[in-house]
Amino acid sequence: MSSHSETRRLARIDIGPAVTKDAPGTVRFVQGNEVCAEAALYAGLGFFAGYPITPSSEIAEILARRLPEQGGSFIQMEDEISSLAAIIGASLTGKKVMTATSGPGFSLMQEALGFAVMAEIPCVIVDVMRGGPSTGLPTQAGQGDINQVRWGTHGDHAIIALTASNHQNLFEVTVRAFNLAETYRSPVVVLFDELLAHMRERLRVPEPGELELVGRLRTSVPQGIDYHPYLAREDGRLPMSDFGGVHRFNVTGLYHDMWGFPSTDPAVVDDLAHHLHDKIELQADQIAAGRRYALEDAEILLISYGTPARSALQVVHEARQNGQRLGLLELQTLWPFPGRMVQEACRDREAVIVVEMNMGQIFHQVQAAVDERRSVFLANRVDGRFITPRDIRRILRIVEGQGV
Amino acid sequence: METYLRKRFMPHIWCPGCGHGTVLNGLLRSVEELGLDRNEIVMVSGIGCSARISGYVDFHTLHTLHGRALAFATGVKMSRPELHIIVPMGDGDALAIGGNHFIHAARRNIDLTVLILNNRIYGMTGGQFSPLSGCGVEATTAPYSTVDPAFDAVELARAAGATFVARTTTYHVHELQQFVTRAIRHRGFSVVEILSQCPTHFGRRNGAPTAVEMLSIFKEETAKVGSRVAEENPERITRGVFVEDTVKPEYCTAYAERVQAGRGDRR
Repeated sequence: MSSHSETRRLARIDIGPAVTKDAPGTVRFVQGNEVCAEAALYAGLGFFAGYPITPSSEIAEILARRLPEQGGSFIQMEDEISSLAAIIGASLTGKKVMTATSGPGFSLMQEALGFAVMAEIPCVIVDVMRGGPSTGLPTQAGQGDINQVRWGTHGDHAIIALTASNHQNLFEVTVRAFNLAETYRSPVVVLFDELLAHMRERLRVPEPGELELVGRLRTSVPQGIDYHPYLAREDGRLPMSDFGGVHRFNVTGLYHDMWGFPSTDPAVVDDLAHHLHDKIELQADQIAAGRRYALEDAEILLISYGTPARSALQVVHEARQNGQRLGLLELQTLWPFPGRMVQEACRDREAVIVVEMNMGQIFHQVQAAVDERRSVFLANRVDGRFITPRDIRRILRIVEGQGV
Repeated sequence: METYLRKRFMPHIWCPGCGHGTVLNGLLRSVEELGLDRNEIVMVSGIGCSARISGYVDFHTLHTLHGRALAFATGVKMSRPELHIIVPMGDGDALAIGGNHFIHAARRNIDLTVLILNNRIYGMTGGQFSPLSGCGVEATTAPYSTVDPAFDAVELARAAGATFVARTTTYHVHELQQFVTRAIRHRGFSVVEILSQCPTHFGRRNGAPTAVEMLSIFKEETAKVGSRVAEENPERITRGVFVEDTVKPEYCTAYAERVQAGRGDRR
């Protein structure tokens, strides 16, 4: 099974930040929360509201100092409910906005998250996951919020959620979150865990202009001509107009017509319900992002995301050196679930092992996406400890019929 | 004054005899009196009958979540401090589900104009008692009448740090307009509690089933603060301006100054 060519291919596998001596930009040694804050500033953050919570508090601390230096403003609110509400208000004035929290705070944000979905407000919500439910494990890692992101707020809706496994990638993913929020006029959740948040590693801060930034799409309708805030263009995008500008309109959490005025007309409700769903779910392939490692001839495929993907990658690395045909698909988009990407990656594998730190929240999605659901296994830990390569290898042995 | 209304969205949803239209009238007269441009006003509201005012006015309008209007408004104000933000709220909206946001917005003294349309009842949901109903009130969730004492909105706002606090009623329409004008003009967190009648859900169950009867109560059972009538009748609800503090710094101004000073220190 083993061959030198495979080993050489493996040597080219990207195992972390792609830093070369020649790459421009400042290289820094920072923790994940700092990466997230710096990336938000890079993306043009104008307003941040938040409430202290472990393990995300450093994001607020950094932005409290840095944001005003960049002409933005920061406020510490009375809770997480008001934090998300405040950034929605600020977004309507044309600012790029963000809040950051952890599971318990994210639970409180579900109400305003639904409002942002319904009123189509661009905003970024960072959820640094710890162990749950309830107060859970404040200082340790978990990945238990995956389904809360998807279905935490009531009613049918779609949502975008991104994640990352290393600092360089977290920077890019955070910038992308702002871009997608503007493109789709939607809240976007950046999910990472306590381990990444508090771990320090190398970050090369990209040069200005190096990463694409999507700005607010504003209406070209001139003053005095009717502007319809909820009338989509042919490409599905809805140009906005800032509060305080020349167009005055209504924004509501109720079902509404193209004026933003409340409506219970079944045709209006039906149109909006489908619009909110389709504008994201039908773009799942465009929003989907993942990294493929040694996938081509893999007999067994690992699927992982966030910090567990680092352990999974290590397992792949070692297995390849021993001649085992193992590959890894690291998901960077969690919602809308990249079903087609997963289905294609899983096709004709002997087994698929999902590696995550919860009771199988992505495992069940993978099962639903693949042709052979019985070939999908779960390698997990839910005790607040990092899932190690050894943990994964033990499951791998069982799947391969070798016992523990 | 009609230019301030979105007639496209009429008729309104309020019941016959509701006091909220009177408040809207007073508010629009204030805006006209102050000569404000419609583009420089943002109205932010929560959920309830009073919150629906935002749909009918031709300003920038944000109809949000139950109790959370002040949190949304805080974000708007922090981002565009030059805009006038007006927040109409019901008694339950402001002081039950929104009580925490209310006291914290007041504590910060952020420049928002809050109108509490106090009808002492949850009207939109069909007549349940609110934290301003007070003891001995009949409501759909208090068939044996309430045992809950009421908040005094004026005292609560004062204690929390609001720098303009007034109370009036929908009977006293000139006073209402005057107080709203002063509240909008005030730089800081301003609160006008306006007793507004809900004959449908409050009056009907509590011995005053028509708007006229309820307005008569507002006339006869209130008195100007500091007046002889008020002194001689301590049981009457007082109307007037209770707090007007122009010294305490406004939040957005203070934030901008502090950032400026802090950045200077670090140079």
